[in-house]
Amino acid sequence: MHGTRTLQEADRLMTVCNSCRYCEGLCAVFPAMEMRRAFSDGDLNYLANLCHSCGACYTDCQFSPPHEFNVNVPKTLAVARAESYAAYAWPHAFSGAFARNGLVISLIAALSVAAFIFGFAAINDRGVLTGIHTGPGAFYRLMPHNVMALLFGAALLYAILALAMGVRAFWRDIGEPVGMTTDAKSLLQAVRDAGELRYLDGGGVGCFNEDDQPTDRRKLYHHFTFYGFLLCFAATCVGTLYHYLLAREAPYAWWDLPVVLGTLGGVGLVIGPIGLLSEKWKRDRALVDEQARGMDTAFILMLFLTSITGLALLLWRESAAMGPLLALHLGVVFALFITMPYGKFVHGIYRFVALVRYARERQMMAE
Amino acid sequence: MVDLTRRFDVLVIGGGNAALCAAISARRAGASVLVLEGAPKFYRGGNTRHTRNMRCAHDAATEILTGPYTEEEFWNDLLLVTGGQTDEQLARFMIHESKDILNWIVEQGVRWQPSLGGTLSLGRTNSFFLGGGRAMLNALYRTAEELGVDILYDAEVIDLNIEHGMFLSAQLKQPVGGRTEVRASTLVAAAGGFEANIEWLKQYWGEAADNFLIRGTPYNRGAILKMLLAKGVQDIGDPTQCHAVAIDARAPKFDGGIITRHDSVVFGIVVNKHAERFYDEGEDIWPKRYAIWGRLVAAQPDQIAYIIFDSTVVTSFMPTLFPPIAGATIAELAGKLELDAAALEKTITDFNAAVQPGTFDHTILDDCRTEGITPPKTHWARKIETPPYLAYPVRPGITFTYLGTRVNKQSRMLMKDGKPSANMFAAGEIMAGNVLGKGYAAGIGMTIGSVFGRVAGREAAKNARN
Repeated sequence: MHGTRTLQEADRLMTVCNSCRYCEGLCAVFPAMEMRRAFSDGDLNYLANLCHSCGACYTDCQFSPPHEFNVNVPKTLAVARAESYAAYAWPHAFSGAFARNGLVISLIAALSVAAFIFGFAAINDRGVLTGIHTGPGAFYRLMPHNVMALLFGAALLYAILALAMGVRAFWRDIGEPVGMTTDAKSLLQAVRDAGELRYLDGGGVGCFNEDDQPTDRRKLYHHFTFYGFLLCFAATCVGTLYHYLLAREAPYAWWDLPVVLGTLGGVGLVIGPIGLLSEKWKRDRALVDEQARGMDTAFILMLFLTSITGLALLLWRESAAMGPLLALHLGVVFALFITMPYGKFVHGIYRFVALVRYARERQMMAE
Repeated sequence: MVDLTRRFDVLVIGGGNAALCAAISARRAGASVLVLEGAPKFYRGGNTRHTRNMRCAHDAATEILTGPYTEEEFWNDLLLVTGGQTDEQLARFMIHESKDILNWIVEQGVRWQPSLGGTLSLGRTNSFFLGGGRAMLNALYRTAEELGVDILYDAEVIDLNIEHGMFLSAQLKQPVGGRTEVRASTLVAAAGGFEANIEWLKQYWGEAADNFLIRGTPYNRGAILKMLLAKGVQDIGDPTQCHAVAIDARAPKFDGGIITRHDSVVFGIVVNKHAERFYDEGEDIWPKRYAIWGRLVAAQPDQIAYIIFDSTVVTSFMPTLFPPIAGATIAELAGKLELDAAALEKTITDFNAAVQPGTFDHTILDDCRTEGITPPKTHWARKIETPPYLAYPVRPGITFTYLGTRVNKQSRMLMKDGKPSANMFAAGEIMAGNVLGKGYAAGIGMTIGSVFGRVAGREAAKNARN
């Protein structure tokens, strides 16, 4: 017996699939399944997070609905995946944030934006908020750099701590000893598999989304989003280094590295989320975990808002709109940071961990 | 919307591998093609849905095949499984053509993968479809649609208008739209066998057929085959023959597919409803033994049998869909199976006493055998003595039937008087009996479907032009 009905159903499906194995060549889930004859809760959570939801096994399955065996692996694993995020959330008291994630994230985002606007207005007189500021240190007339760095550093550190605790619980649940030094080879393999989204391709032809025509669109949009996010993050890191190491203060010229990285990343983070949202909109309802739609949409929207407000700030930073735009951008980014451990962001973390585990298993089998 | 008032060059009846290969090859040859699939869209493709590989000859190892499989070796394998009941000319033609099918089918969008886990014995001879038979079918349908083949589902053909071996039109019945007469210059019949038609099976098997489970869809009713034979087409193949394996008795009546199979016979004993053994469980290695147990169980009272083994061998075979039924004692197990406890205890005690010492190896015909019991277990015999005791109930699972239409190398049907039909072709299971008089070798049904489907489509297109 399993802890939840979802895991019970996942177990039933894996038993069906393990006696068939036709989908073995499609992705990592089925070979991982074949290494087991029975499935613990942890095993099922591992398989659920290994699944990239490409949909191929549903389209290819002779037993998918309306067949009486009712085999719908992508959907069942999507539900199990979403439930596993809540189960591993740290502190556990916040796991409820996943249930009504769209609402929670939008509330936190709105509150953070409001806090920054009121904060700016409270410490400075109103003229500063709507004034025109240019030259190095312009942003810091609204908020001192050290305060900004402290606030965001703390938010990021908290997110990292909460995520690490979640990963620890997951790692333990899937049967890996905590604190074990993972071998470099598996780690490298997982980085490669995650970096190219190796398993989001239906075994080579592409994903199945709205019908049985495979396409690479989801993979493409995800690449835009993911690499856009990384570029934006890199821009922030370079900016921080400039500030502390070179004593060069933002805003930087358009050709300077932080701006170039941020702009490229921002563009990716506009195209990617729009594409992902439209694919999600079109997606065959049979494959979708309806419960998680709020969570998925909230995360994609937050990424989109991050890039759009960042780009707007770049465009109008020399106008009177700079103050309100900075408050908006910082508010969104702050909300993004502190909600990271309690939203769709975690999918990347857990999937990466599952890929590490898979690479290790494969290696062990080969030996 | 498909324009049914026009006259098509080629009408394909059926929707599986053979039908789609015929439709695609006819369309590529320039013909207008209509495919009438009797099943709803989800169940399209008949038995192809449940297949997973194809046996093709090849002279060298490929990316997914571990070594060469020559035409001669293929022919010898076919000779072996059919006991010579095959049309040598047609069979050799098919084997030769199968070489090119390996590539041709890929050009139609189908993808290969190495043999699946647990099927190492097929790694050299059989190419597996990536994602299985339905994935293969989906690829063929996509290609057919892109090429402009017209396809209708839920399209039941209720009559064929044939005069003197010449096809004129088909009566189509649809859930919406009612009856329509469909005209075409040529016909390709690729509508499978009659394995899902229990009434028809009863003609040969009597009431026992009620206890048969059908591994494929309920739509393989043989209606087209019956019409063709009634309208002067020559038949081929033994009507009483069907491919039957032992499958779990808890499987659904139809469409349980491959996952209900059991291959644990060698690891234990098999008893009937009287708790008596009835055949040497250690006679031969897979896949030969796999294909005989369906018929063996069909011959037992109430067409039911039980594979009995103990806890030491549970991990020796692939995980099963249905869990084994377990008992702490033989008597408890017998109770759960509704068998006579004393009889089962006696059967197992006698069996255990007859087991001779030996070195167990399930990959070869080993020296673990019994002595002094009838029937003997000639290999892999080990005592059943470690509880819990376990059992799978099994029934005959019918895969396909052998009765079909006679064809020549053009896949053209032959009439009862031996003359070739003017414009009728057949491909796939409906004519498998030409090549496969009895027995079976894994993946050969798909070879028959693709090779003769491709030929039938090409010839039908040529015929329509003339």
